[in-house]
Amino acid sequence: MLGEGILKGLAETAKNFFGSYYSTERLTTIEYPEQRIAPFESARVFPFLVYDSKNTGGSADWEAGMRCVACQICEKECPPKCIFIEKSTDKKPDALGKPQFYPAKFDIDISVCMSCQICVEVCPFEAIKMDTEFELSTTDRFGGLLLDRQQLAKSNEYYHQIHPAEADAVDAKLEAEKVKADAKARSAADAAAAKAAAIAGEGA
Amino acid sequence: MIETLDQIFVLLRHWLVSYLPAAWQPLVGVLLSVAAIVCLFPALFALTTVFERKGLARIQNRLGPNRVGPFGLLQPIADGIKSLTKEDIVPLSADAAVHFLAPVLLVVAVFMGFAVLPMGRNMVLVDMDAGLLFYFAMSASTELSVFMAGWSSRNKYSLLGAMRAVAQMISYEVPLLLSSVVVVMMTGSLSLTKIVAAQSGFTWGLPHWFIFTPWGCAGFVMYAIATTAETNRSPFDLPEGESELVAGYHTEYSGFKFALFFLGEYLAMFSISGLGTTLFLGGWSAPFSFLTWVPSWIWFFSKLMLSIFVFIWMRGTLPRLRQDQLMNFAWKFVLPMCLLNMMVAALWRFMGDGWLRWVICSAILIGAYAAMGWGEMRRGRIGPRSYRYAE
Repeated sequence: MLGEGILKGLAETAKNFFGSYYSTERLTTIEYPEQRIAPFESARVFPFLVYDSKNTGGSADWEAGMRCVACQICEKECPPKCIFIEKSTDKKPDALGKPQFYPAKFDIDISVCMSCQICVEVCPFEAIKMDTEFELSTTDRFGGLLLDRQQLAKSNEYYHQIHPAEADAVDAKLEAEKVKADAKARSAADAAAAKAAAIAGEGA
Repeated sequence: MIETLDQIFVLLRHWLVSYLPAAWQPLVGVLLSVAAIVCLFPALFALTTVFERKGLARIQNRLGPNRVGPFGLLQPIADGIKSLTKEDIVPLSADAAVHFLAPVLLVVAVFMGFAVLPMGRNMVLVDMDAGLLFYFAMSASTELSVFMAGWSSRNKYSLLGAMRAVAQMISYEVPLLLSSVVVVMMTGSLSLTKIVAAQSGFTWGLPHWFIFTPWGCAGFVMYAIATTAETNRSPFDLPEGESELVAGYHTEYSGFKFALFFLGEYLAMFSISGLGTTLFLGGWSAPFSFLTWVPSWIWFFSKLMLSIFVFIWMRGTLPRLRQDQLMNFAWKFVLPMCLLNMMVAALWRFMGDGWLRWVICSAILIGAYAAMGWGEMRRGRIGPRSYRYAE
């Protein structure tokens, strides 16, 4: 019969209309500023720089513990070119105790950033990760949205807090790399010692 | 006491006017009534906008506006301030005078329609003998301002929207008139107060509204369809189809001129619902004989708001039609049904009292509706939508 579908539709919307007053599970709205839900594990907004606070004896020195070595891969890969890095002229020991460059300047313009996560994927040092902080509105749209390295630096503990599983995997990987590097250094040292001993023996 | 409450606005006007010299009284009395209409309906419009948004939200299981004031009731004030403080942009190549006049004319023409609507016992601004004719003349002139708006904007989308609006409004003007004509045929009068008076009796406690007769019921359905199209409401809101035309004929309007278009649209909805109430739902008369003590204007406005609710309900339910579906529906379905309904009304008139005319008239209308629907659906002219996707 003609018009049957219209009546069915009207009944459906009427059910919604009265049902939304009657049963609360119909209303899925979360009234945001007052109510909020915990962000999902996979949530990502803008990148931040990870620093290890335990390297500096527990003090929260973001500058000393920063994992970034200013290799500038992220700056080159960034599709909208929102990262600006200035490499340092001197070297400082990194997490593995190796002397490395560090970023004298590391700026991300979050008004340009498109949250693609490419910087995170290309970083060989696990130094840049995605944050879940999204309430970044400011009254100054130029300076306020250009984050410098101090604003970007966040501790590894914070990273664990926002992305627990991912951070554990990263820590395990870094630990393995460190063990490998130590082993390599030790074997190199042993080889050098053996070589030195051999040279000494030859000389004798 | 009940009598006083029923006539409270009439008495108030008499009391206010009685302080003036006799020569001024008629003029000031009319001006007072005009002021009441001009204040009341925009206020109703403000309330309706927030209720519409809340109602639509509830239909979609959302909360709707609830931030400004208690339950979001002050939202229209915030919206009004916003539209007043916005920049009034007139496109460089637009015809500035026509561009300015279009929204003003629309609102004026729509307000004129309220003049003949009886909003309660003795509550009609001008009791014209040809009230219905005057009403339709005024409501038809809104098409002009819609086209003025579209044409003067010098914008393709505005013009397309205006063309669509005019095509749609003229097409649906025909069924609108033909569905109202049955009422005139039965009452023998174009005066809206006489039409209300013709529906004021009760049988077994039930009112003599025209909607409770076969021809009246069919006429009301056709009238409702035609008014929905006439006021450009969903599912007939093609003139402002935002998915293809930005906003239709008011694309180039901003600030308070846009608000005037918005106001005009809602006022047209109120006045056409008021007319439908007058023609088919007994105007200001009570729905049961034991409720006649309730003031007449309460009944009028309750019926009006009920119609508005149905408009909102339809908007929350139905998707927009396509242009060809819209035209086919008007000319191939609604118009023949209206013509048939006129014949049924004539039959009803000349068959005299008795149960036989109920059976015959209902059978003709239902049979025609079913046969027409069946035939059209078989030929695939109307029915479920078919979609073709790009390959």
